[in-house]
Amino acid sequence: MKLLSYFRGEAFQRGVHPPSCKLTAERKIRRLPFPPRVTVPLSQHIGKAPRPIVRVGQEVVRGQPIARSDEWLSVPHHAPLSGVVEFIGLRPGMRGTWIESIVIAGHPGATQEDLWGMPRDLSQATGADILQAIWDTGMVGLGGAAFPTHAKLTVPKQAKVHTLVVNGCECEPYLTCDHRVMVEQAADLIAGIRYAMRATGAVRAIIGVEDNKPDAVATLRQSIARATAGGGFAEGEIHVEAVPTKYPQGAERMLIMALFGAEMPAGGLPISLGMVVSNVGTLAALGALLPAGQGLTERVVTVTGPGVARPGDYRVVLGTPLKFVLDYAGAPAVDAMDARQVILGGPMMGQAIASLDVPIAKGVSGVLVFRHEDMAEREGRQTYPCIKCGECVESCPMGLNPSTLGMLAAKRQYEEMGERYFLGDCFECGCCTYVCPSNIPLVQQFRVAKQILREKAA
Amino acid sequence: MTTPLIEIRSAPHVQGPKSVETIMRHVVYSLLPICAFYVFQYGISALASIAVVTAACLLAERFFVGTGTQAGRLSDYSAVITGLLLALTLPPGFPLWMGAVAGLVAIALGKALFGGIGFNVFNPALVGRAFVQAAFPTAIATYTPSFLAGRFTEFIPSSLAWPLMVPADAAAWLKAKNLDALAGATPLAKWKFDGVVANAIDLLTSISGNMAVGPAPVLILLCGAYLALRRFMDWRIPLAIIGSAALTAWLLYAFDALRYPNPFFMLFSGGLILGAVYMATDMATSPVTPKGMWVYGALIGLLTVVIRYYSGLPEGVMYAILIANAASPLIEKVTQPVPFGRGVLDRARKRATYPLNPGYISREEASAVTPKKRFLPNKPKK
Repeated sequence: MKLLSYFRGEAFQRGVHPPSCKLTAERKIRRLPFPPRVTVPLSQHIGKAPRPIVRVGQEVVRGQPIARSDEWLSVPHHAPLSGVVEFIGLRPGMRGTWIESIVIAGHPGATQEDLWGMPRDLSQATGADILQAIWDTGMVGLGGAAFPTHAKLTVPKQAKVHTLVVNGCECEPYLTCDHRVMVEQAADLIAGIRYAMRATGAVRAIIGVEDNKPDAVATLRQSIARATAGGGFAEGEIHVEAVPTKYPQGAERMLIMALFGAEMPAGGLPISLGMVVSNVGTLAALGALLPAGQGLTERVVTVTGPGVARPGDYRVVLGTPLKFVLDYAGAPAVDAMDARQVILGGPMMGQAIASLDVPIAKGVSGVLVFRHEDMAEREGRQTYPCIKCGECVESCPMGLNPSTLGMLAAKRQYEEMGERYFLGDCFECGCCTYVCPSNIPLVQQFRVAKQILREKAA
Repeated sequence: MTTPLIEIRSAPHVQGPKSVETIMRHVVYSLLPICAFYVFQYGISALASIAVVTAACLLAERFFVGTGTQAGRLSDYSAVITGLLLALTLPPGFPLWMGAVAGLVAIALGKALFGGIGFNVFNPALVGRAFVQAAFPTAIATYTPSFLAGRFTEFIPSSLAWPLMVPADAAAWLKAKNLDALAGATPLAKWKFDGVVANAIDLLTSISGNMAVGPAPVLILLCGAYLALRRFMDWRIPLAIIGSAALTAWLLYAFDALRYPNPFFMLFSGGLILGAVYMATDMATSPVTPKGMWVYGALIGLLTVVIRYYSGLPEGVMYAILIANAASPLIEKVTQPVPFGRGVLDRARKRATYPLNPGYISREEASAVTPKKRFLPNKPKK
């Protein structure tokens, strides 16, 4: 099988093929009702947390900025609900710690229209204007990493960007939010791509979509053809490309490998190849928000998993507590105390959470519920010592040697892992742990090792 | 509101279908046809040998797992594999008590001593076999021809020897069956000591009667192909061993066809195929790196031919594999994979959909933009 895929011109070497389980790929995005109360964590992105600019008891309208920072690597937050600021203080966060949050109680019976916004014409705007506008929307990468988008699209002085790579792979099993956005919001996506191209100065944009989403590819191609019927975009060309379905195709290095056949230097950024990579969900949201001059107050979240009664892609107001989301999507397992794990993100890289009071943040792309019986098979599996089968070496997309790294981690030789076995190149995709027949928690060991190395370096 | 009990754990939250048990179980499945053929060749003696050796391995494994000093457990089938493979490498008429000793030693010295599954340095089956080779040199060199009449009703007399007693003489028993003693010599021994080269096709199928050979190499190759296709075994190691043994044997054959046998004889005689497919591919004792697997296999192939040609022993696979086992940590160390983005960086593939730089149109144009490098910077222009 492996050999066959090599001759087909498979995208990148190694990787794995977990069952895709995309239960919700055919369902339209639906809106989740507004919750009575939302919790907006101040730190839900990479970089500095902004400061709240509202007081307890203050009335806010949906879309109004409620937190802002002068730091460059930080984004403002906007009120997801019209209501009253009820509380500013510590609330449970997705990493398990309690973090500074703003709690807003919605006005009962309010229509919750977007009442705040500065519509403007960006057709003549310069790149710098657009970057400022993006910053004002509070946009971060919606694919999961939550890196501030304005910072990502800012090109350093000495560098030059020629290509915008738009990441529509969504290689994680179960998740379909990007897929549905590509199908249903193709026009928004194209608008967002054009803004991003203008902001970065890219002359072409390439949308990479995994070939298990042919409808998304077809829809995007159609809408590009329709939009360019009068003779092309001013910004440059936009192409849609199907790339092979394989995990982790959505990693930016792997996507660049699939499209351009080029290896990104280890430890480098796509900008070193003259590229900027952005996620489709982010750009589609930008395309809708920028002309309206509004802030990011909601996102599409895939609520799925064997423990969910009505799985689907829901447009969820940011800050909605998971309990509310799961009540609406129907998770009988949660009510019957049968839920075993609730995961934010995909099953390969997602974060298992400890409390259902955790709110939906900007970087949450999915909510997965696994029941006891779904985990039983895995629970029953014994952990063996490494039998050196080499499966992990053959699945690591970064070409590392997880087997040896795992044995070194067990011996706590963290420096050697970092220096001789390139631990720093690992991006924790989980392939090695997925394939490991001995059931060794390799990625977990690597996370611990990286954290210890970071602390030692600091 | 009651708080539902949910667990946190580290990603990934899903796991692949393969486990140690499934791998080992499939190896056992693939060995069953080979064992059946072996029993078909040698009758109840072979059956008894397989049963006794495997039982001894399981007994030893049970004991060491029970003491708690060893990782793994009985139901992971790894001891069954050791037992079956060990039985297949022993002569069919090998005294059963010696077989039991071999099985116990294989697990005790080859596996439990190092800490059980995954930690062993040498292939346990070969450790057991090396032990009995040293302890009972006569018995292990005594082969009987296959497909004897009455093999399903009568034991080979040496099989039933009492513990610590000299086994019955096979030559006398063969004489009673109107077969000369030479029929009991393996093809390799015949070649080594008498210069008789057997037909490679006969060896490959092992079906034409009265040869003292193990299970048919063609069957082993088929079973190995099943394992390799299901990815329960790495295909590189057998390929490297067979390739390197064939190349070495062929080079020597081309150099002096009279002195050295033809390479096909080399490949299909003795335990080369069994060793290449089942022994050398033992996961714990072979390198994990793909490059290392090639090196390791090539080393085994080369050593096998060298030992067979230039040592006093007719058979060399066992020692070749044991030596390569010992070398495999070193091989692994020098063949670490090159991580993504750390190798030669400009190896952009030709198959790529888009050129890296959209401004690039043709080579002429590119060279027009980038000035040519000069070896002598101040060379005057013409």
